[in-house]
Amino acid sequence: MIQISQLSKKYKNNEEYSVVDLDLKIDEGEIFGLLGPNGAGKTTLISMLSSLIKPTSGSFSINGLNYQKNGNQLKQLIGIVPQEYALYPTLTAYENLYYLGSMYGLKGRELKEKINFHLEILGLEKFSNKKLDTFSGGMKRRVNLIASILHNPKVLFLDEPTVGVDVHSKNVIIENLKKLNSQGTTIVYTSHHLNEAEEFCTKVAIIDHGRIIIEGAPKILISQYPESHNLEDVFLTLTGKALRDHA
Amino acid sequence: MHKLLASTYKELLLLSRDIGGLAILFVMPLVLVVTITLIQDSTFRSINDNKIPILWVDYDKGEVSKNIYDGLAESNSFKIIGKESDSEAKELVFKGEYQLAIVLPPNLSSELEKKVNLNVEGLLSKFGLEEETPQSQKPDLEKKEVILYFDPATQMAFKNSIKNGIDKMIFKIETQTIYKAFQSQITDDETEAIFDTESFITFKEITPSIGENEIIPNSVQHNVPAWTLFAIFFIIVPLSINMVKEKSQGTFVRLRTNPVSYLTVLGGKTLVYLSVCLIQFGLMLGIGVYLFPILGLPSLDVSGKIPQLFLVAIFAGLAAIGLGLLLGTVAKTQEQSAPFGATFVVILAALGGVWVPVFIMPKFMQTLSNLSPMNWGLNAFYDVFLRDVGIIDLVPELTLLFLFFIITTAISILYNERKNAV
Repeated sequence: MIQISQLSKKYKNNEEYSVVDLDLKIDEGEIFGLLGPNGAGKTTLISMLSSLIKPTSGSFSINGLNYQKNGNQLKQLIGIVPQEYALYPTLTAYENLYYLGSMYGLKGRELKEKINFHLEILGLEKFSNKKLDTFSGGMKRRVNLIASILHNPKVLFLDEPTVGVDVHSKNVIIENLKKLNSQGTTIVYTSHHLNEAEEFCTKVAIIDHGRIIIEGAPKILISQYPESHNLEDVFLTLTGKALRDHA
Repeated sequence: MHKLLASTYKELLLLSRDIGGLAILFVMPLVLVVTITLIQDSTFRSINDNKIPILWVDYDKGEVSKNIYDGLAESNSFKIIGKESDSEAKELVFKGEYQLAIVLPPNLSSELEKKVNLNVEGLLSKFGLEEETPQSQKPDLEKKEVILYFDPATQMAFKNSIKNGIDKMIFKIETQTIYKAFQSQITDDETEAIFDTESFITFKEITPSIGENEIIPNSVQHNVPAWTLFAIFFIIVPLSINMVKEKSQGTFVRLRTNPVSYLTVLGGKTLVYLSVCLIQFGLMLGIGVYLFPILGLPSLDVSGKIPQLFLVAIFAGLAAIGLGLLLGTVAKTQEQSAPFGATFVVILAALGGVWVPVFIMPKFMQTLSNLSPMNWGLNAFYDVFLRDVGIIDLVPELTLLFLFFIITTAISILYNERKNAV
């Protein structure tokens, strides 16, 4: 599904590479967790895969489509849930979704039905005509998710989708992501919540200094380190306990 | 097409949700055009109700001072206030209480008459009509100065027009005195008309006309196009703020991951903000036609010009929007876009001839003025309002405005692509 080959990224004003010669294969139907400390290169990798930034070298393809040759086709295949809400605060939830759905070529009754369906599933149908700036953080996160899945993407990238979210909203988001995955959507997700990742992901890769240091199913990784009881222990063993403040 | 329509609808919604912004967008330009027209109207009127008070110190009390006084009074522009002393007048003017004081020196009239008589007698003696006065007997006449005190804050244009006016009056008086001196030498009958003292050369101003109706420029026809254009270009401020907001909200980033081109995104903004420009323009014309007469200003004459006027407004609006799109693309924060946008519009307006006519600018600034889209727009509006040209004659200016829109939009798209290739 996603084939990454020797992918590197060096930002103009940075001396070091953010992602270094990264090779990775993510299979269809997987829930793949990209884990790593601050500044490890997770967001840079997702930004490249979602066409936000251009790689310095290397290549990748999604569903056989190369990012250089099939830019717009590739964008149609994927959905991105960014870290920020990335919605218009003065528009209602429905208006936001109508506009963002239209950008994927959806229109008319089909679009309306999809919006109403997802609003109901994520418990927002009563608030569809309320402006976004009246929503709580959790409600905004749910709208943010709907905006990325209206067009039934083959691959969904999520950059810390549950950060700053109340427990109920988090639960609804995770349950819906599982449902989407069961319907065939491949999920690639970054998070600092390692317990959540351990439970949610079918496979994870721990990334540090732009390189993948380990990759595999969470249970298998934990079993490889006898002194570790969970994914967090594995993570700290591999990345160290020093603070990774990043600006 | 569907994506463009959706983008347009979204822009419309965003704009309609900002009621305060909308009010400012429509009301402020109207306030601006009414205020400026009311202020500038007096300079276009032949009869001015607001007379400028000036101080008058007459040490001469003769023919010359009477003529100058009458000339000033007849101009209907001044309220003349007599003062007894030069020093008092000077003090009041320098304190800023009055704009001007005119001081006529003692014996101005009698000395002028003496000087003219001497010259005439000298001239006639050369022709053998008079006994020549020996050089030693010629009295040494001191030159006379009419003193003008100006408030230091007085603008140069006002000073110059006063100086020219008084100079013209004195010249006329001198000429008449010369004629009078000749007359008294040639005949003893003062009523005999030997010389025709009326001006031989006069001026006649020919203005363009539509049929039998002359197009006489007034403050409204000058101000409405100029300040309407200024308002149209001010659209770059809300437009660039709208774009910067999208960046800070993260929606711009999201759009970059969607299968939609930047051109489509900009297209939606262009359509909505162009509509705003045209509504603004329609309101301005409405104000000129219906409100100005109520305020005692001349009515704006738009008869037979509406299609040309809206055509110019469309192209001027596009040029302004192109600039707004570029500014919104380049600026990172509202603190960058808003002050820069507002100041840049003022600079473009100054260069374009909105405040000072281009023909009186220095050569270098005139060349720069040719590069200002506001200059092209203003010329196009003047062509329609004051020169009564047809659509074909507007093509050069409209082409320039359209090219400006295309170039600025293209730069925005290229810049956006380059910027994203981080």
